[in-house]
Amino acid sequence: MSLWEYANPVKFMRLSGRLLPFLLGLTGLCLGAGILWGFFGTPDDYKQGSTVKIIFIHVPAATVAVSAWFMMLVTSLVWLIRRHHVSALAAKAAAPIGMTMTLIALGTGAIWGKPMWGTYWAWDPRLTSFLILFVFYLGYIALWNAIEDSDTAADLTSILCMVGSVFAFMSRYAVNFWNQGLHQSASIAVTEKQHVDSSYIYPLFLCFAGFFLLFVTLVLIRTRTEIRLRRAAALQARNTNA
Amino acid sequence: MPDLGKYADTVILAYIMSFTFLIGLAVITWAQSRRAKRLLDAEEANRG
Repeated sequence: MSLWEYANPVKFMRLSGRLLPFLLGLTGLCLGAGILWGFFGTPDDYKQGSTVKIIFIHVPAATVAVSAWFMMLVTSLVWLIRRHHVSALAAKAAAPIGMTMTLIALGTGAIWGKPMWGTYWAWDPRLTSFLILFVFYLGYIALWNAIEDSDTAADLTSILCMVGSVFAFMSRYAVNFWNQGLHQSASIAVTEKQHVDSSYIYPLFLCFAGFFLLFVTLVLIRTRTEIRLRRAAALQARNTNA
Repeated sequence: MPDLGKYADTVILAYIMSFTFLIGLAVITWAQSRRAKRLLDAEEANRG
């Protein structure tokens, strides 16, 4: 059995329909447990006080915001190379979710920044690259809505997605390679010393799992919606002609 | 409710803002999904 079989809309609808109830349950469990544990069960930071609790939303949202763009890049490349409609629709479905996550990361970052840095915003390279990513999300969604022919829209948005990947990459790694500015370095790193105390790590991992599961669940639901809308439009055209 | 000290407003504002966006996104996604399903069902009934 090949993975490409699920590029068939009928098979995709069948599989995603079976997976969604489990994903919904698991998302609720991880997100609920992570947020509750983080909010109620962790101590205040000696320097940042209770504002450290914002980490349980800010960091997972920022990670999903960047990952969503990379997922869109992969599905856009699949569309450009193999012309599977489901992959183009999955990219379209992921964009509003990625944009919302970017907005949450920017908003919580600004709220957190005011008491810690003394300002809501600074033209720090890390913050600015994230703002540019947000603008790319807006542009991507606007482009999909501006073009009537869906194949042309998928082609052009795929190219925009490739261009935007530069900024998604910068947003992801700016915290590592830009040392100037207000934003701290990456909170969690696989190879380096952790910058987050161990009492925050487990609820943070649960929140990561919850945010990623929420992303996958919403992408599946939105892709199913796009497939249904496309099928309905095709039937409408056929019924009108008949 | 934990004692959030002098940063209570900041923390609560960040959580309320985030949940508003997340719940809004979930509600819009669900509503669009329902509308698309109804539309497709109607078109399939017309075809039949």
